[in-house]
Amino acid sequence: MLRKRTNRDVEIPTASMADISFLLLLFFLVTTTIDVDTGIGLTLPPPVDDAEEVKIKSENILKVLVNAAGEVLIDDELTSVPQINQIVKNKLKANDKLIISVKVDRETPYRVYIATLDQVKQAYAELRDEASVARFGVSMKQLTREQLQQIRDLIPQRISLAEPERTR
Amino acid sequence: MLKFKKKQASTKQAIPTASLPDIIFMLLIFFMVSTVLREYDVKVSFTLPSATQIEKIDNKRLISYIWVGRDGRVQIDDNLVLIPEIQSIAARKRQQIPNVIMSLRIDEGSKMGIVTDIQQQLRKGDALRINYSAMQKL
Repeated sequence: MLRKRTNRDVEIPTASMADISFLLLLFFLVTTTIDVDTGIGLTLPPPVDDAEEVKIKSENILKVLVNAAGEVLIDDELTSVPQINQIVKNKLKANDKLIISVKVDRETPYRVYIATLDQVKQAYAELRDEASVARFGVSMKQLTREQLQQIRDLIPQRISLAEPERTR
Repeated sequence: MLKFKKKQASTKQAIPTASLPDIIFMLLIFFMVSTVLREYDVKVSFTLPSATQIEKIDNKRLISYIWVGRDGRVQIDDNLVLIPEIQSIAARKRQQIPNVIMSLRIDEGSKMGIVTDIQQQLRKGDALRINYSAMQKL
């Protein structure tokens, strides 16, 4: 007795495979956020009680005071935020051991504080750029990693956040 | 009548779709790998300030966020917290990730008082690496 063999196709249909994976793909596309975090990086000083007092000569400190109205006082001279860049840069050129001490009032808006920090960072960036041109003949952006580190060591950023206190 | 027969190419006219799933799977795997599923819902509203000298944070897994909204509420992870609680939270984060970067996403109109308070708490909690989140100024 011969059984008639039915010649069935025994393949899994893969036509819908693409649709399924498209669905998964869409899910991940929607949930992915490719926004890079950008901001101004800073390291806070350690807590007051276990940090020993470091004596720094007063001529090596540049006090940048910002009040609630956004007015800036640099070494007893009244200026405004966009001018900080130039003043700090000139002072840094005159004295490379300078520490920039930024102090703000409790009522100062955060955006003024960020603008101030930005100005100080800009002054450093311009100085580093000049140093880079003088040393390697190219601007900061074209330096290799080692050269960049050299420039950073040459002109370290010394920004100090003063202990807060209520200014009058 | 029918003298001119239309010439027809003898090749098949279908694009081979057999490798389509492979291509899509490749894309899928890329997105799966690059996705960080640890997202928070932000309960406070804020507008970030903008600055020119900003830097990118390369490693997103080191970052821990602190949000401060327009109304002065503070959020860490998924809950709103009070300022005195930040110290212990920061210390815990520091234990979990020793080189944690605290990213401060603070509304640009906030008073500096609240910012300094948070910073004092972070100092006590020994989480000293911070980053003021800011947008690129054009």
